[in-house]
Amino acid sequence: MQLDEFFVTGEPLIYAGMVSIVLVSATVIFLLTYFKRWKWLWQEWLTTVDHKKIGIMYILSALAMLFRGGVDALMMRTQLAFPDMNFLNSQHYNEVFTTHGTIMIIFMAMPFLIGLMNIIVPLQIGARDFAFPFLNAVSFWSFFFGAMLFNLSFVIGGAPDAGWTNYAPLAGSELSPGPGINFYLLGLQLSGIGTLATGINLMVTILRMRAPGMTLMKMPIFTWSTLITTFIIIFAFPILTVALALMTIDRIFGSHFFTLTGEGLPMMWANLFWMWGHPEVYIVILPAFGIFSEVIASFAQKQIFGYKAMVGAIVIIAGLSFVVWVHHFFTMGAGAFVNSVFSITTMMIAIPTGVKIFNWLATLYKSKIVFSAPMLWSLAFIPSFTIGGVTGVMLGMAAADYQYHNTYFLVSHFHYVLIPGTVFACFAGLIFWYPKMFGHKLNERIGKWAFWLFLIGFHLCFFPQYFLGLDGMARRIFTVGPEWFTLNFISTMGAFLMGLGFIVFVHCVIYSFRFSPRNIEGDSWGYGRTLEWATPTPIPKYNFATLPEIESHDALIDMKEKGQTTFDRDKLEPIHMPSYTGQPFIMAAIMFFASFALVFEWITLAVIGLVGIIVMMIIRSFDYDEGYHIEVDEIIETEKKARGMTDE
Amino acid sequence: MEKKQDKYPINHIIGFALSITLTIIAAWTALSSDLPVMWIIIAIMALAVIQAGIQLFMFMHITERGATHAPWNMMFHAFVIAAIVVAGSLFTMSFGFTHDHGGGDHEDNSGGAESHEESHDDHEGH
Repeated sequence: MQLDEFFVTGEPLIYAGMVSIVLVSATVIFLLTYFKRWKWLWQEWLTTVDHKKIGIMYILSALAMLFRGGVDALMMRTQLAFPDMNFLNSQHYNEVFTTHGTIMIIFMAMPFLIGLMNIIVPLQIGARDFAFPFLNAVSFWSFFFGAMLFNLSFVIGGAPDAGWTNYAPLAGSELSPGPGINFYLLGLQLSGIGTLATGINLMVTILRMRAPGMTLMKMPIFTWSTLITTFIIIFAFPILTVALALMTIDRIFGSHFFTLTGEGLPMMWANLFWMWGHPEVYIVILPAFGIFSEVIASFAQKQIFGYKAMVGAIVIIAGLSFVVWVHHFFTMGAGAFVNSVFSITTMMIAIPTGVKIFNWLATLYKSKIVFSAPMLWSLAFIPSFTIGGVTGVMLGMAAADYQYHNTYFLVSHFHYVLIPGTVFACFAGLIFWYPKMFGHKLNERIGKWAFWLFLIGFHLCFFPQYFLGLDGMARRIFTVGPEWFTLNFISTMGAFLMGLGFIVFVHCVIYSFRFSPRNIEGDSWGYGRTLEWATPTPIPKYNFATLPEIESHDALIDMKEKGQTTFDRDKLEPIHMPSYTGQPFIMAAIMFFASFALVFEWITLAVIGLVGIIVMMIIRSFDYDEGYHIEVDEIIETEKKARGMTDE
Repeated sequence: MEKKQDKYPINHIIGFALSITLTIIAAWTALSSDLPVMWIIIAIMALAVIQAGIQLFMFMHITERGATHAPWNMMFHAFVIAAIVVAGSLFTMSFGFTHDHGGGDHEDNSGGAESHEESHDDHEGH
């Protein structure tokens, strides 16, 4: 293989990408060496099994991916506002919308939410860590290396260009030769291992490791939504794994599962993809609902309205999510009866979702609302998401969908549900729980600027797209006629406003890191209701020295009434902790090597990598590290320091 | 954790070996055996049922009693999802198999599924 076949050549933008990758890597290596932080990096982060640190790494990776996906989006918007400028050619445009979609869903939305779950769920249920801390580290690193593999594609080998849905037969080896689609298949496969393992891990954690007295119906709503999400992950992700594996075998070993020739069924890919894909969108929306419920209850200073109805609605949404997938391809031509069935199930989803919307509104009704930054994100979510939901019902009508299908109306719809739903929730959750993660709050004034810029930019960007869609503008096209110029231009301005909002948010993080006051209380906002706020800030690595008996889903409110804390000196016992280990990192790095080899169809190297993975598994099987214990004296010292207690 | 170490996991090793053997037999049946297509399908299905049984008995704690009882709840949901996947795919994807499309206006994209059915018959002659 020639070097110019290995690296992508001929595109100035991609050369710029290569240069920036080299510069950023060189800077990181220089800084780590200059400040002698290599050992720190390895001992504190790369080998960690602490759920709080893994969560932080998830969130940092997700923010980096949000940046990458956002740059992709801005490139597309620039091209569509000025199609005559030839900013992107058609091939490059195809690659950019493919990576934008894939990165935003798989490598931004999910890791961001999983990161928040990682940090918050064990704290909300009074657990010291995940049920399987080692597995949690494996999950993170397989996600991370999967994301890196996918992101490499645009400089090495060529990016995938068949859309984030990767439909056959276009994605088959006849119509898309080369490594591009392989990057998609193996990047998703590798990070899918992590997601599935996290699903199992979190489910076991929630089912088996709750604080004494915390029955299922006394769990905070975010934990409930996480539990239901893990069910969806465990049942939906195997379908993706199988579909990806079948297409990988198609492409690399020449089988005919999804090909046009040899009895293949190309539409079966769409069928399997959406059997996973629809539950997937609920994987990213249900935890978001949970975050909004927590934030709204806290800053409305009220118990969440209709706790049981909320839980019921989540369960019903999760159930329905498995029986609506055909609405993504009504136009396949399966016939009126099939489409009618899925049309009805699709519209039924609006019922439990409506229940949740009204519950949030009822929580806000006659409450004393505190307009903090996380609350602003949550309040903006309700009307914005409702617009997305209503247009979703419009799309759900199979007959009408023949008009909307593959137009910007659809593009606008799913951005209206995914951005106010998931992205707003990520920001709300990150700002809300930021003090628990980093020991200081984010600056409220700058945070609100970021919010308003992002919100206005969002509506400016996507509202015109509904009308572009109704006007007939198809998605995934790289040139538009002059009659669509005005709306496209407004949309592009909105997109850049969102980009500005993101920059202001990053500025807010840096500013707060330098200037925000430290030494804050455990309940940093003063409005906390659940157990995570009962821990001191910063959180000790064992989370809870002792746990009180939980009596309701607002555990902290009860504790405050009774004057309890998570440091009851009479109940102290040595705490068993897992040891840090480098195995997850090494194992995932070998998986990355094997997947990379398979992308280029270097079978020998891939087999060597596979053997390496098995060797790592054997090493793990005979690893009898039992962890260590934190003694009572050390706990007392830590807690006293964290709680600012001096008296004996 | 300490208690489990002295017990050699013989069940797991037998299960592991059996599931690999069954997979190889299934692959051989599909790729290299000269059986008619219908028998290949039946054989693979039978092997799959045995495989599932091995998983349930050797790995999935179906025989356990007491505090860590068998996860009936999860198994029930798994069966429901499996039924949705299989029955749902048949329901939505078999539109090309019937030639009755309400007045004969055939969509082009049903061709793939049709030729699938037709070439079935060809294969049985092998």
